[in-house]
Amino acid sequence: MAKYKIVHYINQFFAGIGGEEKADYKPEVREEALGPGTALVDALGEDFELAATIICGDNYFGENLDEATDTIIEMVKKYEPDVFVAGPAFNAGRYGVACGTICKAVEERLGIPVVTAAYEENPGVDMFRKDVIIVKTGDSAATMRKVLPYMVNIIKKMAAGEEILGPEEENYHERGIRVNYFAKERGSERAIQMLVKKMKGEPFETDLPMPKFDRVPPAPAIKDIKHAKIAVVTSGGVVPVGNPDHIESSNATKFGIYSIEDMDEMTPDKFTTIHGGYDRQFVMENPNLVVPLDVLREMEKDGEFGELVNFFCTTTGTGTATGSAAKFGDEIGKILTEKEHVDGVILVST
Amino acid sequence: MKLELGKIKINDIQFAEKTYVKDHVLYVNKEEVEALVLEDDKLLGCSLDIARPGDKTRITPVKDVIEPRVKVKGGEIFPGMIGKVTPPAGEGRTHALDGCCVVTVGRIVGFQEGVIDMSGPAADYCPFSKTVNLCVVIEPKEGLETHVYEKAGRMAGLKVAAYLGEAGRDIEPDTLETFETKPIFEQAQMYPDLPKVGYVHMLQSQGLLHDTYYYGVDAKQFVPTFMYPTEIMDGAIVSGNCVAPCDKVTTYHHFHNPVIEDCYKHHGKDINFMGVILTNENVFLADKERHSDMVAKLAEWMGLDGVLITEEGYGNPDTDLMMNCRKVEQKGVKVVLITDEFPGKDGKSQSLADTCDEATALASCGQGNATLHFPAMDKVIGTMDYIESQIGGWAGCVNEDGSFEAELQIIIASTIANGFNCLAAKGY
Amino acid sequence: MVKGIEKYGVPVVHMATVVPISLTIGANRIIPGVGIPYPLGDPTQGEVDSKKIRKRMVRRALKALQTEVDGQTVFEKDNF
Repeated sequence: MAKYKIVHYINQFFAGIGGEEKADYKPEVREEALGPGTALVDALGEDFELAATIICGDNYFGENLDEATDTIIEMVKKYEPDVFVAGPAFNAGRYGVACGTICKAVEERLGIPVVTAAYEENPGVDMFRKDVIIVKTGDSAATMRKVLPYMVNIIKKMAAGEEILGPEEENYHERGIRVNYFAKERGSERAIQMLVKKMKGEPFETDLPMPKFDRVPPAPAIKDIKHAKIAVVTSGGVVPVGNPDHIESSNATKFGIYSIEDMDEMTPDKFTTIHGGYDRQFVMENPNLVVPLDVLREMEKDGEFGELVNFFCTTTGTGTATGSAAKFGDEIGKILTEKEHVDGVILVST
Repeated sequence: MKLELGKIKINDIQFAEKTYVKDHVLYVNKEEVEALVLEDDKLLGCSLDIARPGDKTRITPVKDVIEPRVKVKGGEIFPGMIGKVTPPAGEGRTHALDGCCVVTVGRIVGFQEGVIDMSGPAADYCPFSKTVNLCVVIEPKEGLETHVYEKAGRMAGLKVAAYLGEAGRDIEPDTLETFETKPIFEQAQMYPDLPKVGYVHMLQSQGLLHDTYYYGVDAKQFVPTFMYPTEIMDGAIVSGNCVAPCDKVTTYHHFHNPVIEDCYKHHGKDINFMGVILTNENVFLADKERHSDMVAKLAEWMGLDGVLITEEGYGNPDTDLMMNCRKVEQKGVKVVLITDEFPGKDGKSQSLADTCDEATALASCGQGNATLHFPAMDKVIGTMDYIESQIGGWAGCVNEDGSFEAELQIIIASTIANGFNCLAAKGY
Repeated sequence: MVKGIEKYGVPVVHMATVVPISLTIGANRIIPGVGIPYPLGDPTQGEVDSKKIRKRMVRRALKALQTEVDGQTVFEKDNF
């Protein structure tokens, strides 16, 4: 049978080229196993061949992120590997970030399964754990021997298209992806057992450690409101009657942009709400309760602020994934700042 | 308060000349049931159908699911809705037709009605794929205001369930269990060495299709109170056809509240089950604050060592859940939460809309955004017309052959946040 | 969504009923809404008063946008 092909990414140090002084080394392909690659090839056995090793200096990668990524992607593409492997990076921070970046790009752009490995405190782990399987390592290369069997197991499964099990079974950093399974006992029974332990002060394991939400520093205030351009955004599901863009009532995958040009208020014959999470009666009768166009127009005429952007951006908030919401925010922010040059945004949630 | 609950095992439903139970079969007089439903002049039509486990049948849009029960001694079933509120429910003897359900079906009021598949992959996620279901398909009058239509559908289901329950009145049940919770001091003394555990039961109460009724009272109108668990077994709480299908605590689930059932199983062994603190999930912040304060006060006043908290729905009710958790923990009472998760189709987003540091123990009921393929069925009871706009569906999710893709959300009670199912989620 | 927009350096005022969620997700300027089914206004008080309430809230939102904050701030009153 044909051998499975892998391509291996390592930095200048593990390629034996040099340390910090060679960290600006440009991407280079060698059609042989180098450094940790040799052990990898031995452990993978006869069914696998290492088609190429790609070497890149950590500083070069960090300082030329887009260019280095593009170059390396082209290099990888040529070999059509079954699996792309990077690292292990252990506790080398820049190397870990490079491994994560290039793995994510290879998977997204080439659709090739990827795996890397790093120590839990490597900054690359937190940056890429959601996107890439990162096998756990110790903080130094001395732990290579322990890591190898796990990497080999995952590479073999990826090549054969087999299911990768959970982080404990496969020894990788939990990605934070929530996956369903059927437990032996139902939720209420498991909860009571957890409570009995908690009341006794015994150790117990929650099914869901509380997530931490990230923060954005407050933007500076508007200095000159009389000339400020204001935009309205809502998660209240207000859309034109008929919901032309088919925005979902729950867990929305898109947002809509709708004109309010030449309108003095939101009227129920033109707008409605498709939000699945509240009693829609009031807003269907008067959409201004969510998009306060009536009062904004009055205030605009009275000169209380400069001008109103002539459209509003809208989606459904209920059950909408935080990942989608972040994406909508980013796209809306881009439109409002780069195209409309707004000075402030009113975001209404139900 | 002490209740004897007799279960009469029902293996099949068949239409017949009259309504009765014999040899574990429920025979139903179709005309009588239809006439009963059409007593309500808001409803124009009613047709009945039977769906059995394993059938290639899909039921949608489903409003509520109800087990037929009857009060043999003491009080009446569904007090405040069908039965009188006094003498009190929760005492005496009740018979249940175990294994069969009334399923109300009809065109949608909102987006919140769901799907039951009697076979295929979706059947693994739905408790009502395993029961024999008498489907009551209702046809409302044109132009009915939505709240009026919702009420007509809700009452039709309860009436039919109470009517069928009567058939079990004089049947000797296959099993007879006794449940008892004593007044607070007696109950505390009964097992002085065991930790005292309560159940904080959050009822969805956010308005149309997000309502629940307590002795006929709209749940948004009460303040937190104490309940004997047996009251709930007699239908003191009924569903107002609530929330996203996957989260729906149907009236069946109120009868079979899993936390109450399992607390009684542990009662006297490793916990002393003290009873239920009933609360709601309202749309005003002041209500959320006030009611979570009151829940914490009740937990403290009852001298509890631990509580279990369940919610119905997701999004802003996560705030009620976290407020209850934080405030009860601050009283020195240990808390375990039971809820489901909505981390997006790829499972990578945050599972909950709100969090708190005190929520250190949580039993997951699965993640509702995971998608599933629903194969075409031989028969559809109701209509597939709304699948794309029902919660969990999306524009273009239905294929020409009648199969469709949707999130687990669209399946009735698939990730119900009270721990009824074995489905759970873990981090990968 | 709030953070996604504010990342571009434009102030966002979040008008939301469930302030705790707004705090959890990380909005920096927050105005409490009236209720989930009607965040801006109160139709149970009639359309005229409901609109007055809405105008006062939007005015407060504009004022919040003109106010420097160094962390998450909930503007509960008109005077600040």
